[in-house]
Amino acid sequence: MSAQARSRTDLLLALADDELALGWRNSEWTGIAPFLEEDVAFSSIAQGEIGHARALYELAAADLGTTADELAFDRPPQDYRCAPLVELRFVPDWARTIARHYLYETADAIRIAALAESDRSAIAALATRIEREEVYHRIHADMWAERLRASGERARFEAALAELWPLALGLLAGEQREQLCEAVSREPVEPVERGEHADEWPVLWEEMTMVRRSVPGASW
Amino acid sequence: MIWEVFRQEREGAPFQHGGSLEAPNAAFAQAYAIEFYGRRNESTALWIVPREAIREIREPYVAEVFDRDYRRVDGYSIKVKLREARARAGARAGQDRAAGGA
Repeated sequence: MSAQARSRTDLLLALADDELALGWRNSEWTGIAPFLEEDVAFSSIAQGEIGHARALYELAAADLGTTADELAFDRPPQDYRCAPLVELRFVPDWARTIARHYLYETADAIRIAALAESDRSAIAALATRIEREEVYHRIHADMWAERLRASGERARFEAALAELWPLALGLLAGEQREQLCEAVSREPVEPVERGEHADEWPVLWEEMTMVRRSVPGASW
Repeated sequence: MIWEVFRQEREGAPFQHGGSLEAPNAAFAQAYAIEFYGRRNESTALWIVPREAIREIREPYVAEVFDRDYRRVDGYSIKVKLREARARAGARAGQDRAAGGA
């Protein structure tokens, strides 16, 4: 595999792992969100992220000669490329959940827009398809950010944003970080880079792969 | 705040009531309506209306108080009259039979 193909696969896997882990974390709100409508909406967004992960894994799997399921569930935890931001467990803290959701969706828009310009047509086409759903994720994230900012919990929400900001910057690379600073009106800080995993990651991986590992090699 | 959602299944079809949802403002109502009624391409368009914006009118103002069938474009409905006539005819035939058998 050429160096260029390798870096392309790495990028796809980083994105897919981000979406899978965040989809999982957001799905932890299913059944316990602040009210029913939000429960349905946030669960649906979580499923959306996992659907995007699946599509991205499929592209990477084609390059690597494997399957999406194997990439999603059969790698050892240290091989995943997700950023620490998506690994953190926030239930039952809604302010931090929304702060992450808002920062993540804003960052995701930037990298998806870049992918849509990819010279590989399958990647560009997928990015365009993903973007059609991400629009709704952003509407949801923005309306919640606005609501928390206008609420009595503003300080709590702002503290969560400040806390997660270095991790959010780590989602992106190169000049995309400047775009993110601009998009969320924040000053650049030292990013927490992808590569190191959060303390919660092994537990999440354990849970995420538990059923599949329970019957190795099974066809489901 | 309660919002009523109307959905149009395909272009040109009438909007039909889909259901209601609770949301603190129009932005939230819109986002939830999309999730509830538009996520699986089951609607081509949605109307989202605050429940209090809907003026509801009920009986006796809706039901006709007087017989105004003659004003309808399809004229009188004779279904009921026909049924009554048949019943009368049946009753008379019964009486005739009873009288004939005596």
